[in-house]
Amino acid sequence: MQLGDVIGTVVATMKTEGLEGVRFLIVQPLDRSGQPAGDPVVAADALFTAGVGERVYFVASREAAVAMPNQFVPVDHAIVGIVDQVEIQ
Amino acid sequence: MKLGRISGTVVSTINHPSLDGWQLRVVDLLDVSGASTGGYLIAVDSIGASTGQTVLVLDEGSSARQVMADVDAPVRAVVVGIVDEVTIDGTSLEV
Repeated sequence: MQLGDVIGTVVATMKTEGLEGVRFLIVQPLDRSGQPAGDPVVAADALFTAGVGERVYFVASREAAVAMPNQFVPVDHAIVGIVDQVEIQ
Repeated sequence: MKLGRISGTVVSTINHPSLDGWQLRVVDLLDVSGASTGGYLIAVDSIGASTGQTVLVLDEGSSARQVMADVDAPVRAVVVGIVDEVTIDGTSLEV
C-alpha cells in the first residue's frame, strides 16, 4: 500500500460492466514524507467515504479489485483507508 | 520478499473492514548493502515488529491473504519476519 492525497473526482457515465456504482477519485501518490511522487492515478473508492483533500492509503494491482464489494471488477487502484496520522520516527 | 526497515506507523480509523485490528507500518525498502532505496511500502504487521528493525516484507497479494487468513483482505504488503543477520559474499550487513 502507498500513501496518497485525493486531488479530484472522475465522473464516467459509460463504463464497462461491473463498474456501476463505483466512485472514482484522482489520487496523487506520495513518498513517505508526504511529498508528491509519480503521476496521479484514478483509484476506486472502496470505502465510499473518501473525498477531495483527504490523505489516504491505496492498494494497487489485483488486490485493488479484492477491496471492492464485487471482487471481479476491472480496477487497478483502490483506496482502502483514510489516514489519521503517519508517525515517522 | 524484500528487505526493509520499519520507519513508522500509519494510524487510520476509517479503513477497509479486513484491516481492522491490524497494525500498519511504514517500511523503507533496502538494497543489498542495507541502504534505503528511497522506496517504501505501507505493510500489515503480522509479527509485531518495532521501529528501526530490519524486516522481511512480502509484496504479493495471495501470500498476504494467506498470512492474514482472510480471502477478502485487499493487501499486498505484509511484514513476515524480523531479520537477525544478512550475509552477502561472506560479508555480514549491519541490521
